[in-house]
Amino acid sequence: MEMHLLAIDWMLFAEKLVLIAIIIFASLGIALYTTFAERKVAAILQDRPGPNRAGPFGLLQPFADGLKLIMKEEIIPNHANKWLFILGPGLAMTAALMTCAVIPWGDKVVLFGRNIALQIADVNIGILYVFAVVSLGVYGIMIGGWASNNKFSLMAALRGASQAISYELAMGLSLIALLMLTGTLQLGEIVKQQMQAGHYWNIVYQPLGFLIFIICAFAECNRTPFDLPESENELNMGFHQEYSSMKLGFYLFSEYVNMFISSVIMATLFFGGYDVPFFDEAAHANWGNWLALIGVASIMIKAVIFIFIFMWVRWTIPRFRYDQLMNLGWKKLVPLALINMLITGAVILYFNK
Amino acid sequence: MSAIQILFWFLSGLALVSAIMVLISKNPVHSVLWLVMVFFAISGHYILMNAQFLAIVNLIVYAGAIMVLFLFVIMLMNLDKTSDPQKNWWMKLAGVISGGCLLMEMATLVRQAAEMKEKTVMMKEGSIGLIGNLGKLLFSDYVVPFEISSVLFLSAMVGAVVIGKKN
Repeated sequence: MEMHLLAIDWMLFAEKLVLIAIIIFASLGIALYTTFAERKVAAILQDRPGPNRAGPFGLLQPFADGLKLIMKEEIIPNHANKWLFILGPGLAMTAALMTCAVIPWGDKVVLFGRNIALQIADVNIGILYVFAVVSLGVYGIMIGGWASNNKFSLMAALRGASQAISYELAMGLSLIALLMLTGTLQLGEIVKQQMQAGHYWNIVYQPLGFLIFIICAFAECNRTPFDLPESENELNMGFHQEYSSMKLGFYLFSEYVNMFISSVIMATLFFGGYDVPFFDEAAHANWGNWLALIGVASIMIKAVIFIFIFMWVRWTIPRFRYDQLMNLGWKKLVPLALINMLITGAVILYFNK
Repeated sequence: MSAIQILFWFLSGLALVSAIMVLISKNPVHSVLWLVMVFFAISGHYILMNAQFLAIVNLIVYAGAIMVLFLFVIMLMNLDKTSDPQKNWWMKLAGVISGGCLLMEMATLVRQAAEMKEKTVMMKEGSIGLIGNLGKLLFSDYVVPFEISSVLFLSAMVGAVVIGKKN
């Protein structure tokens, strides 16, 4: 038996490693500037200038914020469970970043004579992987809230976790209708289907499914109007009440990473992913790497539009009450998603796909 | 050792250590978190066998939903240290011996079973675990058990609603 240690394609390994590093740093960088954008959008909606002191147009503000968070004193409460207290924010951040593994960021690029797909792993289960990671995000909230050893934190953690679980259900059901149309769970395949000639983006076939999905995405990211887990003013902050310094920063930051990733997922599933509208990619295959870069730019622009919608809603709509939140999730969205599923099934049968 | 073997031993070790930690952790919340680790390790095994759907459903259902409910219950019950009854050491020993006997019997039974002879796990290849093939199989050959189990779930749900409605 041959004694090479690991039968791996080392080039592929290195290529994926570089890709992972790029995607994670890009996600973090975008999330960093999303915090800045959030404050600017809030400022515009409230008719005030917003942060404008650090650097030109206040562009260095996110770095100043980050520096402030890191420099602050780090407090671990006396009776807190120390390991879990540290694990909580780490888990929240990990779960937020892990999702980007299955997202197709663009078509292939050719570098050094190698075809490099701009997707870390086009796994067979695609979107289910996203759901698994999303459902793990709940642990970040629950562990953090419980380990703080504070009743308010614990109650907020339970509130947050039950919200996440409830809306995950409607989210999954709203996607079943879409998956019946695509017939595959692979995100790369779903994008390619939408790019085909004569095939529109999935939003045309699944407007109701998209509406339910975006509402659930808001709830999953704990964004207003669903930000009950961290309602600062009436429910005494949230599960991260006892956190300080960068651990608090991780919790707040993971929200922005989640927002970016869910925007990308919405763009991928319903808005053609890296497809450029009214532009035939297949006819311009000779553009090579530029075509792939245009695709990446396209998905980023779509993501930015969704992020803007997230912010727009946040600064427009007030927060729900808890019972309203649960009623909306269980009594409105779940039945609506089921009806959507039935209609889609009936239509598919009628056209006998 | 190939990469798969290394991964196999790593995941097996992880699963066993985590499973032992589930039992010996004093704090029930720690036990639940170790149990989540066990599920991760087992999902890793499924992925080694290319049973991607099973792996991910194991994570979504067990790690993502059932264990969260466990955590809910444990966090809300506020378990005291005093409520934990102390058992004699020979009770523990008897438990270990009887449990070990059961484990050994089961292991030998599985190893000698006629269906298991001449069969090895398909590593890395084999497409039966992919979602398309699994779905076709479930809705053709195994459609009756599949539907019956869905009735079981429905009755469980109705039961939960009835119990919840009482007050």
